[in-house]
Amino acid sequence: MQIVAKNLTYTYNPKSPFASHALQGVDLTIEEGEFFGIIGHTGSGKSTFVQHLNALIRLTGGSLTVGDYDLSQKKCKFIELRGKVGMVFQYPEYQLFADTVEKDVAFGLKNFRKDLTEEERTAAVREALETVGLDFEAIRGKSPFEISGGQKRRVAIAGVIVTKPEVLILDEPAAGLDPLGKQELMELLHRIHGGWCKTVVIVSHDMDEIAENCTRAAVFSEGRVAMEGTPAEIFARSEELFALGLDVPLTAHCAMLLKERGIDVQTNFTCADFADKVLALWKAKGEGTHAQ
Amino acid sequence: MEAVRFDNVKFSYEQEDEYAVNGVTLSVAEGEFVAVLGRNGSGKSTLAKLINALLVPTSGKVTVFGMDTSDPKQTFEIRKSAGMVFQNPDNQTVASVVEDDVAFGPENIGVPREEIGKRIDFALDAVGMQAFRQATPSRLSGGQKQRIAIAGVLAIRPKIMILDESTAMLDPRGRREVMEVVRRLNKEQGMTVLLITHFMDEALQADRAVVMHRGEVVMDASPEEVFSRSAELESYNLTLPRAAAICKRLQAAGMPVGNAFTAEELAEEICKSLQKI
Repeated sequence: MQIVAKNLTYTYNPKSPFASHALQGVDLTIEEGEFFGIIGHTGSGKSTFVQHLNALIRLTGGSLTVGDYDLSQKKCKFIELRGKVGMVFQYPEYQLFADTVEKDVAFGLKNFRKDLTEEERTAAVREALETVGLDFEAIRGKSPFEISGGQKRRVAIAGVIVTKPEVLILDEPAAGLDPLGKQELMELLHRIHGGWCKTVVIVSHDMDEIAENCTRAAVFSEGRVAMEGTPAEIFARSEELFALGLDVPLTAHCAMLLKERGIDVQTNFTCADFADKVLALWKAKGEGTHAQ
Repeated sequence: MEAVRFDNVKFSYEQEDEYAVNGVTLSVAEGEFVAVLGRNGSGKSTLAKLINALLVPTSGKVTVFGMDTSDPKQTFEIRKSAGMVFQNPDNQTVASVVEDDVAFGPENIGVPREEIGKRIDFALDAVGMQAFRQATPSRLSGGQKQRIAIAGVLAIRPKIMILDESTAMLDPRGRREVMEVVRRLNKEQGMTVLLITHFMDEALQADRAVVMHRGEVVMDASPEEVFSRSAELESYNLTLPRAAAICKRLQAAGMPVGNAFTAEELAEEICKSLQKI
């Protein structure tokens, strides 16, 4: 499903002294199949934007279509849409509530897929838990409050992917995890992305994460899209990102420092590519010297 | 002077043979800035809670400025000496006005009224939040809220500050704000700091890095040394800071670059190496 937002606007607490214009004309297209990143500092409108995508926030200005669903229409089938656009909030483990892991994961399914039999539901829950790397039999009967933090987050994600949404949106999915936990989570998202989930959208403060994982990204600033493109295109404009008060990946920072000293590293800003390009420069220079 | 001392400390949450902290011996000097690294579940937070007597060792002994944490008579003094800042900024505010929130600690330990005013001034100045004295915490950014939480701890005038993943929920700007305050308190006021973190670049700002694995202290050295022992670090499921990881790749391919831990150092090393040819 292609996502197209045109001139999207949204104001919290309208007509009051606390009115804040969270979105001020967002134009953005996310194609099916992308692993899309949304960047921007707190208050830039990124969370407000993603909450529009499955109609948690109803459209008040502009237009938005997700696949065939036109969210500006009052008759839009919102429940059906929410089954196809999954949303994982920040720190989703705080939303676990049922007395067993199995019941918690099954909750969304009960709401979105009332047609399933008990067996089909159990099979879907098993598949979701196995997808996030948990042992179904070992964990199904446990309370979601007695498992470890990393397991809790996986269970929470399983509860969203159990409906096999075509579009999966995650707000800061790796926040608070240790470095290896972050890496495992990203691998999990790529694994899902290769299958029934066509499009992944992540909101992240971690520029390295965006550089390493995303096909394209958009930078939000003051309720608008300030930049859009591949990570290579965006991080090539590091000076502008700094001016917006944002960070850049370590590779981009390093490339910027090298450029100031006359060394131009043409990289896509992943660590592996950056190292390869530096090595290529070094080898080329070495060969040049030998030739003399 | 020795600020914190752990003598073969073990701690178990349940009455089983599983120890969250398993035989830790550790000494932290007054004025030191120590980063504690380790995977989720490695015992870092338990270690922190053992310092200010939120937890008491199952066996072994923890002393804070010579006071034994297992002695209930000392608990009050220990908590005045060792303040703790937690992860979630929203869980640490108690009042609807910033200055009331900062005053909560000193009010509870019976500080006289005039003195409380002075302490609020001192604490808000230290975290650069004086301008927000009358503000409502819920309307502040995450970084600002954490600085208020730090101010609330400072108003008790502790000698040790423990930060348990206090920047995990912040955006990069908020993280920078908090780290700047922490560094300044350490350098200018000689505050002993124990920083528990998953961010390797934060650990680089410390004098010393302690790595925990399955309840034990497995590495204890300068951050630079810890990060140069990459194979060992990886065996504890920790990763290198990105600059160090790139550096290692370059070295493995035969490029003569020295160790680097930050973007600046990496750029410097690459530059030197390319110019040498």
